[in-house]
Amino acid sequence: MTLTRRHTLLAGMAAATAALLPLRAVASVDEAIAEFTGGADLGSEGITLTAPEIAENGNTVPIEVAAPGATAIMLLAAGNPNPDVGTFNFGPLAASQRASTRIRLAGTQDVIAIAKMADGSFARASQEVKVTIGGCGG
Amino acid sequence: MADGVKPRVKVPKTAAAGEAITIKTLISHKMESGQRKDGDGNTIPRSIINRFVVDFNGENVIDVTLEPAISTNPYFEFEATVPESGEFTFKWFDDDGSVYEETKAVEVG
Repeated sequence: MTLTRRHTLLAGMAAATAALLPLRAVASVDEAIAEFTGGADLGSEGITLTAPEIAENGNTVPIEVAAPGATAIMLLAAGNPNPDVGTFNFGPLAASQRASTRIRLAGTQDVIAIAKMADGSFARASQEVKVTIGGCGG
Repeated sequence: MADGVKPRVKVPKTAAAGEAITIKTLISHKMESGQRKDGDGNTIPRSIINRFVVDFNGENVIDVTLEPAISTNPYFEFEATVPESGEFTFKWFDDDGSVYEETKAVEVG
């Protein structure tokens, strides 16, 4: 095969698109985190994220987060079309800063939890969940 | 109001003062994500519960923001402190403006 100008252009475009797609997803995760933390540094102590290693069905994946002393915990799914999952805000009558729920995951990806502590610091935990059947109904 | 929405809440009937009790809630709701397409390839519009709030005697326990990535029939489990006898109120806010409410009384003995 001779390398014509057209072929080179096409190959270049394909490579550029492939490189852009994952970048865009990562950028919106970073944006969501920045919006929540205001750009503050993220620690890794004091937050526990419990998620299954393998989820058979991405439509309902049980997730538990705990961060003693947190005022709010945000959950993100890095590989979903929209990475936001939800935010727990704990009131004065919350006995513990712990909550569990069930979430949708489009495919194998990292689930991220960011806790906002009472002293204004932030902590981050993440775990990879392998998904057998994605939960986006596509 | 979306069809067939039914809240279910599990709260102990009695507790000791200041005790931490576990609360489990489930509400039947299809949580249409806005990502799915129907048979003709048209996007099915988003229709979810976007906020869930629990109060005890008017004081806040938990306030959850929900996004489309929360599963069908949103389920939550958390812990609350019960300082005195009173009533929990649970409120789910739907995208279409409806609010689903449930209350549970707890006796402190």
